[in-house]
Amino acid sequence: MLCRSKRSKVIERFVEGILTGCSSISILTTLGIIAVLTVESVFFFREVSLSQFLFDSQWTPLFLDKHFGIWPLIAGTILTSAIALALSVPAGLIIAIYVSEFAHERTRKFLKPILELLAGIPTIVYGYFALLVITPLLQKIFPEMGSFNALSAGIAMGIMILPMMASLSEDAIYTVPRSLREGAYALGASKLQMILGAVLPGAIGGITAAVILSAARAIGETMIVAIAAGQQPLLHFDPLQPVETMTAYIVQVSMGDTPHGTLEYHTLFAVAMMLFLLTMVLNVISLLIRERFQRMYR
Amino acid sequence: MQLVENISMSSENPFVQREGCVRPFLARPWSEVAFLLLARFIIISALFVLVLLVGNVAWDGFSRLTWSFFTSFPSRKAENAGILAAWTGSVWLLLLTVLFALPIGVGAAVYLEEYARKNRFTRLVELCIANLAGVPSVIYGLLGLQVFVRALSFERSVLSGALTLSLLVLPIIIMASREALKTVPKGYREGALALGATKWQTTYTQVLPAALPGIATGCILAFSRAIGETAPLVTLGALTYVARVPDSLFAPFTALPIQAFNWLSRPQTEFHVNAAAAITILLSFMIVLNLAAIGLRAKFQKRQR
Repeated sequence: MLCRSKRSKVIERFVEGILTGCSSISILTTLGIIAVLTVESVFFFREVSLSQFLFDSQWTPLFLDKHFGIWPLIAGTILTSAIALALSVPAGLIIAIYVSEFAHERTRKFLKPILELLAGIPTIVYGYFALLVITPLLQKIFPEMGSFNALSAGIAMGIMILPMMASLSEDAIYTVPRSLREGAYALGASKLQMILGAVLPGAIGGITAAVILSAARAIGETMIVAIAAGQQPLLHFDPLQPVETMTAYIVQVSMGDTPHGTLEYHTLFAVAMMLFLLTMVLNVISLLIRERFQRMYR
Repeated sequence: MQLVENISMSSENPFVQREGCVRPFLARPWSEVAFLLLARFIIISALFVLVLLVGNVAWDGFSRLTWSFFTSFPSRKAENAGILAAWTGSVWLLLLTVLFALPIGVGAAVYLEEYARKNRFTRLVELCIANLAGVPSVIYGLLGLQVFVRALSFERSVLSGALTLSLLVLPIIIMASREALKTVPKGYREGALALGATKWQTTYTQVLPAALPGIATGCILAFSRAIGETAPLVTLGALTYVARVPDSLFAPFTALPIQAFNWLSRPQTEFHVNAAAAITILLSFMIVLNLAAIGLRAKFQKRQR
């Protein structure tokens, strides 16, 4: 051990302490989120029973006749997210396969920044696009469609998620070892057979994780649905009708001047709790799948 | 880094088509031709959508992009309304967020990459970061509302907004900085340590400078995401009429995306034009930041090879 001055030892200690402090902020943030949501939700569930929250089929906390059934909001969230995933999962997967198995180096170098740019565009721009471009276009096909609807919000959300889906699946495909591909070729597979028979099954863990992560992103997406999907918490699965998602409800209440401490104010946190639990479960599942998948090829 | 490995992998892969020996398109089996056509169609549509997305907004908002638009406060008349409060608010938010999130994020990344032992604390921190990265941004808004606006009574100020956005981008900054630190060769550290430098001297004089371009790229992308965020600020209660330039940390504020959302949620189409103009400003700023990040990374990768 070198003989170091006392001063430099003190500095080392001091720096390590500060850096540890920096890292512990992430723990504090997590605890903070859980604490805030739990405390305010407890206030909510003191006045509204859990069974009403889970089994009532109407959500009208801002009306005189108050109902607190979460299902209309969950249905809206599922509907818009399902539309988004129906668009982004197949398209993202095809882009990933094309880029990793077929594309020239030049194409890949050109596509990566473009996908990143697409991923970096603020969601309010997609909201604008959904409301003022996609909806008018779709109204030509479905004349009965309202100016707020689940379909255009879902489509815009699908475009938003596409880059993430594509780049996560490409990462998954990239980890498939070459020996698997060569094995498939050796058995006489054509390139497409090799992809379907060796690459995709080999990458299925990573691809599943990518789909789940995209789903979590869709469920948590706020501005697109707040702008384009409407604010009517109705329990239905008709994509041409307006819906309200959990996130859009949070925005709706925040926009109004809801006094602090009222029941309406507490609904915010009950809904957010639901949202947090849902996305956290999805994130943890995807994390576990990815960890297992990474170990597979080591 | 991964991109570099990608390139070296594929150039020795005999199955990847290389220039000079390209198989004629129609000599492939029909299923492959169909797949390639489909894939190219999807990619071209994605490009088309990107152009449409940006072009449409710019086209709609172009007529409102006059000097007075930048120097006026919001107004009840669409043609008099401007974004002075919004863009100054966005600049304040950006600067404060950089000030808060950059040192803490890079510090946490340095800790996890250079100092952390494999123990429960490290495992917990990593778990929290992975989880926080997936938490919807509205929830950060509610956290900010309860903690900064109410408990610490910063009110609906620039400070509350910037602190909320800092918490939001922190996981992204930490992950990007860790990736950059990982690319620094071990020899740098061993060399410095062998010369008798302490751990912090090694990190500060060798590892951090070597990782700086990578950290900068990741952080630019993270901050460009921060200025586009709308949902947490709306949840914070920032969607109010503000007709002043923020002059202190505790001043009320608005920001470009909030102002755009405000105009967009009105029924009159004249306000939609204003929203388009505000979004155009926001987008051009973001595209500049993104191009800077891409350029920085390209330069960095060239030097590494």
